[in-house]
This record gives sequence, C-alpha cells and structure tokens, in this order.
Amino acid sequence: MFPIREGFMISGALFTLGVIGVLARRNLLFVLMSIEVMLNAAGMAFVVAGARWRQPDGQVMFLFILAMAAAEVSVGLALVLELYHQFKTLDTDAISRMRG
Amino acid sequence: MTIVFYTASAVAIIATILMLTRANAVHALLDLIVSLLAVAVIFFVLGAPFVAALEVIIYAGAIMVLFVFVVMLLNLGEPATRAERALLRPSMWIVPSVFAAILLAEFIWLLVSGDVPPSAVAGIEAKETGMALFGQYLIGVELASMLLLGGLVAAYHLGWRKVPQTEATHVSHP
Repeated sequence: MFPIREGFMISGALFTLGVIGVLARRNLLFVLMSIEVMLNAAGMAFVVAGARWRQPDGQVMFLFILAMAAAEVSVGLALVLELYHQFKTLDTDAISRMRG
Repeated sequence: MTIVFYTASAVAIIATILMLTRANAVHALLDLIVSLLAVAVIFFVLGAPFVAALEVIIYAGAIMVLFVFVVMLLNLGEPATRAERALLRPSMWIVPSVFAAILLAEFIWLLVSGDVPPSAVAGIEAKETGMALFGQYLIGVELASMLLLGGLVAAYHLGWRKVPQTEATHVSHP
C-alpha cells in the first residue's frame, strides 16, 4: 500500500500554510520563510509522484527546485538586508510603494 | 511503516503552523527547521533516501544557516537581546526539541528494524537519479548552474557597500 493520496494531501496542506503565511504575515523574513515552505511542498509533490510511478524524474525535479530555492533565498535575503539598511524596518506595508 | 509516515506528516504540519504563529524570527526558524526535517523523514519513508539527505543538508543546513546569518546581521537591538534571553527559557525550545526527538526516534527505529528502504515501496536510488539528471536533464543542470551564478552575482551586488563620499570622487563606480 502506497500512501500517495496522503502524500499529496500533506503537500497541499503545507503549500496552503505557506500561502497563508505570505498573505498574513507582515515581516519580510516570515514572508521568505513561507515561500520556502511553499517551494518545499511543491518539491514534495514531485517526489511523491516520482515514488508512485517509480521514476527518477520526480527527484530530478526536486533537485532543480532545491537549486532554485537556494538562488532565490540568497537574492531575497540580500534584498532584505538592503531594505533594512534603507528603511530600518522589515514591515512590508512600509515599503509597499515603488519610490519609497 | 505507515505510522512513521503519519507521525512525520503530523510533525511537519504542526511545526509549520507553529512557525507561522511565532512572533520571534529565531523561534520561527527553529520550527521551520523541524518541519523540513520531518519532510526529510517522509522522503525517506517514500523510498527516496538521496533526496532526504539533500533536504537535510541543503534545506535544513545551508538555506537555514543563511536565514540565521541574516537574523544575526539585522541585530534588532534591545528587543533582540530580550528575545535572546527569552530563547534560553525551556518553554521556548522544548517544543521543537520534542518534535526533533520524535523524528530521531523514527529514524533510529527505521534503521534498527532493517527495513531500509521500506519494503512497501521500491526505493529509487541515487544512481538512477544521477543517470537521469546527467542524461536527459543535462540542459536543466546547465540552466540551474547559470541560475545559481546569477544568484551569486546578484547577492554580491546587493551586499556591496557604497564607498564613503570623500573617496567616491576618486573611485569609479562599477
């Protein structure tokens, strides 16, 4: 018995939690962490599907998502540092306008 | 086998909910790390040990260390110091510790029971993944390396401190 439905349900639940975090939190660090949760949930769906059909493609896709997450988080955290130096806050509402 | 799967899933979801409801960034990071470790256990149970190891090394290791560094660099002053003091109270770290202990117990149980990879699932080994990765997905590997290079250059550029005003006249802006 393979828990594929449960795997997809957990992946969906984690993704939903990430969406809630992006929408509800106002701290840039928490927004980035929620994006990490969403990427991880998407990768988990790939791995579950790959395990279900016994193909390595799902794991390959997870590796690509991993590389993408690493690139995204390095740029995102550099932006967070830069924004904090300029505005002295991490509140997304304070920096919602394009020209400061 | 299924009990391990469901326990790890419950730990993942509860730790993620805890992460979303923390006020302090360091507490949220602890819960997020536990969530990622739980997902790694799920991968292991699903017969993907290679991806489980990468999840621990890269996600829970490298990426979370980046977050910790940024939280340290931001150094939010007196509130951060008070939060640090609060972090040392047992009530703050007991929940992530309990969850991590559950995951460790599951992992040890899996290893001791000798059911690795789980007999319910035929595992996909690292060899197969590597063959696919450097075979039909070779162009994807190249694109990922270019993406990482772009991320490196962008992070370097964003982290570049401006030269002070007196020297700025002599130093040409790149």
